[in-house]
Amino acid sequence: MPKGIAVDKQGRIKERTAMSDTNLLLTITIVVFFVLYLSAIFFLGGGFTKPQNFLNILNNNASLIVLACGMSLVMITGGIDISVGAVTCLVCMTSAVNLEQQGGSILTVILIGLGIGLAFGVVQGFLVAHLGIQPFIISLAGMFFAKGMTTIVSKEPVRVTNEGFLAVKETRIIVPGLGSTNKLGQYVPAYVEVGVVIALLVVALLFCLLRWTKLGRSFYAVGGSSQSANMLGINVRRTRFLAHVLCSLLAGLGGILYFLHVGSGDVANGAGDEMNAIASSIIGGTLLTGGVGNVIGTFFGVLSLNTIKRIVSSLGFDEAWWSNITVAAMLCLFLVVQSVVLLRRNKSK
Amino acid sequence: MQEGAVLEMRGICKYFPGVRALQDVDFTLREGEIHALMGENGAGKSTLIKVLTGVYPKDGGEVRIKGVEGAAVIRSPQDAQNAGISTVYQEITLCPNLTVAENMYIGRTKGAGANWKAMNSGAGKILKSLGIPAGPRQQLGSCSIAVQQMVAIARAVDMECKVLILDEPTSSLDEQEVVKLFGLMRDLRAKGVGIIFVTHFLEQVYEVCDRITVLRDGQLVGEYIIEDLPRVQLVSKMLGKELDDMADIKSEMGGAGAGDTGTPVLEAQGLCSNAGIKPFNFSIRRGEVNGFTGLLGSGRSECVRAIFGADHVTGGSVKMDGKEVKIKKPLDAMKQGIGYLPEDRKGDGIVGDLSVRENIILALQVMKGFFRPFSKAQAEAFADEYIKLLEIKTASADTPIKSLSGGNQQKCILARWLLTDPKYLILDEPTRGIDIGTKIEIQKLVLKLAAEGKSVTFISSEIDEMLRTCSRLIVMRDRKAVGELKGADLTQTKIMATIAGGDEA
Amino acid sequence: MTAPVKTPNKRPGESLLRRFTRHQLFIPLAALALLILFNLIADPSFFAVSMKENSLGNPVLSGNIISVLDNASELVILAIGMTLVTASSGGQDISVGAAMAIAGSVILRLVCGGQAAADTLQTPLLLAVLAGILVSMIFGAFNGALVAYFKIQPMVATLILFTAGRSIAAWINNNQLPIINDIVFKYAGTFLPGIPVPTPIFITAFIVLLFWLALKFTNLGLYTQSVGINASSSRLNGLDPKLIKLLTYVILGVCVAVAGFIRVSRSGSINYSRIAENIEMDAILAVALGGNALSGGKFNIYGSILGAYVIQFLTTTLYKYEVPSTALPAYKAVVVILLVVLSAPVVQEKLSSVRKSPAKAAKEVS
Repeated sequence: MPKGIAVDKQGRIKERTAMSDTNLLLTITIVVFFVLYLSAIFFLGGGFTKPQNFLNILNNNASLIVLACGMSLVMITGGIDISVGAVTCLVCMTSAVNLEQQGGSILTVILIGLGIGLAFGVVQGFLVAHLGIQPFIISLAGMFFAKGMTTIVSKEPVRVTNEGFLAVKETRIIVPGLGSTNKLGQYVPAYVEVGVVIALLVVALLFCLLRWTKLGRSFYAVGGSSQSANMLGINVRRTRFLAHVLCSLLAGLGGILYFLHVGSGDVANGAGDEMNAIASSIIGGTLLTGGVGNVIGTFFGVLSLNTIKRIVSSLGFDEAWWSNITVAAMLCLFLVVQSVVLLRRNKSK
Repeated sequence: MQEGAVLEMRGICKYFPGVRALQDVDFTLREGEIHALMGENGAGKSTLIKVLTGVYPKDGGEVRIKGVEGAAVIRSPQDAQNAGISTVYQEITLCPNLTVAENMYIGRTKGAGANWKAMNSGAGKILKSLGIPAGPRQQLGSCSIAVQQMVAIARAVDMECKVLILDEPTSSLDEQEVVKLFGLMRDLRAKGVGIIFVTHFLEQVYEVCDRITVLRDGQLVGEYIIEDLPRVQLVSKMLGKELDDMADIKSEMGGAGAGDTGTPVLEAQGLCSNAGIKPFNFSIRRGEVNGFTGLLGSGRSECVRAIFGADHVTGGSVKMDGKEVKIKKPLDAMKQGIGYLPEDRKGDGIVGDLSVRENIILALQVMKGFFRPFSKAQAEAFADEYIKLLEIKTASADTPIKSLSGGNQQKCILARWLLTDPKYLILDEPTRGIDIGTKIEIQKLVLKLAAEGKSVTFISSEIDEMLRTCSRLIVMRDRKAVGELKGADLTQTKIMATIAGGDEA
Repeated sequence: MTAPVKTPNKRPGESLLRRFTRHQLFIPLAALALLILFNLIADPSFFAVSMKENSLGNPVLSGNIISVLDNASELVILAIGMTLVTASSGGQDISVGAAMAIAGSVILRLVCGGQAAADTLQTPLLLAVLAGILVSMIFGAFNGALVAYFKIQPMVATLILFTAGRSIAAWINNNQLPIINDIVFKYAGTFLPGIPVPTPIFITAFIVLLFWLALKFTNLGLYTQSVGINASSSRLNGLDPKLIKLLTYVILGVCVAVAGFIRVSRSGSINYSRIAENIEMDAILAVALGGNALSGGKFNIYGSILGAYVIQFLTTTLYKYEVPSTALPAYKAVVVILLVVLSAPVVQEKLSSVRKSPAKAAKEVS
């Protein structure tokens, strides 16, 4: 009798006795997040007890959530895209210049963001899927191209004063029931920004895409074994291409959300976000080798990462470099754990 | 198209760098027949199938399929599926990270949406009707290899195809599963499906097949009705020689390979490794040629890998010339004078981009040490000597080894180990996928080495090849040594009986 | 199966020109020739070399060519190590810039004795440099271990240090920017007294010589190539592929430390976020430009060295025509993409079939 199957008395096979890799890693991530956050509340108290503190993690990371989901998508197909941070930066800068110097509007900003994302996606996707070039090299070049282009658009930071834009930026969506009372005894309602709603929508849409559509399952198939996927009649090239297009498109959207959050164009925008996105995906249970992962996990990966950052800074390590070192350490830990798990599993077969 | 044919291939050609894999091959499959595609390793069976299913583009010829006007255009596995050809490959070609049901349906349905509920219940029904012990929602990777293979078959069967290709599907199935599979094949035949069956097991061919097409060295030998082709003739067609013609090399070489009676060169007690073999004992004497035999996956390669330290050795002891030695990694074995030509020439043998010269000196160079490289002149002298000695056909010693033909690559690997002047040489499938001329050369060389006092372990899938070279055979079954044959017991039937084991003998 | 088909290496009728264009060093040499030609036509004074007095009043050589040779030093040294890493592991180390910051930071901390500024060396220079090399080797071993023993793709494994490296460098000096004013410290990055040629050129020559000797008198080349092409078969020939991969990362660590030392020695100070910024990109580009496959295996170290000089030549030329330094990555990215596209197997196949078909047609006519 093969491993992982239990048979009941009538000889029927009980289903789902073995947890799939994706679900196992997802469970681990969610547990890790809750343990982290609850222990922060318990041991550190203070800000962590206020719901707004949690909502601020969302407010500050709406763009990262979108970027990380795109990254997970590409990683599930077995690829990687490290240009997303730089694309975010390029989108911010171009949008800012467009709003301030060319009289643009919210609509043009959206068009610019998605347009830049699409352009990067199509070029990178074509080179990866149809010419078979390593995605890392291509997206490294993409990252440098986007960085260079940003400074060509403008070297100086551009602050946005466009009123229509600021109105959207300042819109606060009240979350009922989570408010708290401040020192003066006034009730302060809890809120999220517009970007958070969009980001959550993206997570939900991508979850459905990955879970229930043919394209979504093809992503997993290609990442699991591209050779087998080909034999099963899946168009591997097209699947890879679409994954890269979607990822870059989401990077464009992430750029718009980032811009909406900070309200300015700056060469330092989104710096290191490709790293944060990769780290979030990995912590969220996406395997670098492809075929395993989930955007819900990635969402919790982003939350875990930023909770850790907050914990580290509230422990007194608030110099800027600690944040980078923490991210790297988390990444290293999860990479090694994944690698050990994978090596073990391959050996047992 | 011929009357009653579902598939016709005419004049199929396929070239790989350095190799003509298929040359002008014709193949016809009729409705409601099981058609065996036979040939030795490297004869072009798998290539023909991969051409038919669009995995490799063909370099010439045309394919016609019943119900399709003119020559069928098959550029991808997807095209093949749409044309009604479904395939079960030798190696498992499903995605281990998807569920069983997904593996059965993905890549088949048209349109963007997918009704997973219907698929799961559909898959459940098929699995049940075929008696496959797996649930539709189970992750495929958690099933055993045999179940995975059955799922692949279930997928192919469910596609209501006109042509079903089974490329060595039985190598991972046990007897009962094979019986089940044969029942299924007969049902499909009754429904008018044409089945192409590729296998190494002659008994299976004669049990279920109606017709046989034989390939040899990428060329068509002929198509035969099963009753007209007795086994002996089939084998001789596959080998390209009348059995009587085959030189009895052993007597030609004057009975070399029996070995002397002194202390064994190597003696292993209770050796086992992490590759999953049961502890086994083994010894070999000076000048002896012996062999491991057994079906694919019976553990014969794992045994020699354990001796050479290629897998992680987990227990047992080894004596060389009566002295206890520790062999933990290949270098330890090499220092004891053991050489090992691995089964997978491409994956474990050659270093593709390096030149013939570098490939030949590699092992000796590693033994000599990091800080003592051979001078260029010396390396050239070594390479030239062995290129001449083994008649390796290469443009020059600087040619990358990957551009040589399979047989010549194998000779380079042999040269590599001969250069280290080993006491004991292990050859795992040295003749796989190479031409018949080189095969005989290698067999002669083995006996010549034995006559010079070296000990050789020779492994081959072809039993008569072993019979011609070995003086003693260790028979493996289910990763366990189950018998040892020598002298008068060394006959084809005796070996077969021991491999099959139990009551069949 | 048996019929031998013509091997691609043996083409008797091939013209000398064709053979040259197929040579590994063709692309870097052609790129260099193109750059030289461009500068000769645009402004021949580009090549002028003159004697000038430097800030200390010593007569030294100056000119664009000298500056190319001088400024390329770090890149050349990195490219050598990167070539070995690429060959053995089939991937690249993208943390070299950050690791240079760490090495530089360690050296500066030691020579300044932990203070913000020092006028004399607080630790013997040799000792400080050796400490820098040691730390760098440890970080190299860390990268190498992740790649070799945990089987993480090199670029992802080195992403860890890429993120954390500059922060670690800042942390080593407690986020101070130490400055050393001792002239001896700057010898390595500027000029030795009485010698008009910049010292980095000598250091580079020394490192190149060292690797030439290592490749000639050890099996470094054979082993790394063998492991990079086929690790499994190398293991069965008695090599330890994991150890050899680790070794190449440690060697790269040494190269990184030397490059980092030259870089901090040029100014006697460090800026953690800017020092050797984007140099990993140039180093990878140098390897690719030198005709080495980024997927590993066979390598030609001299190709990478030549590639590094070509890149510096390009950079210097772009600077001369006042392309802002922040926009440089965009131009280089275009060059990288062109290069990888041209060397992609799919494109190569298409190109060679285009090349072949006119030749075939010509034969058929005759």
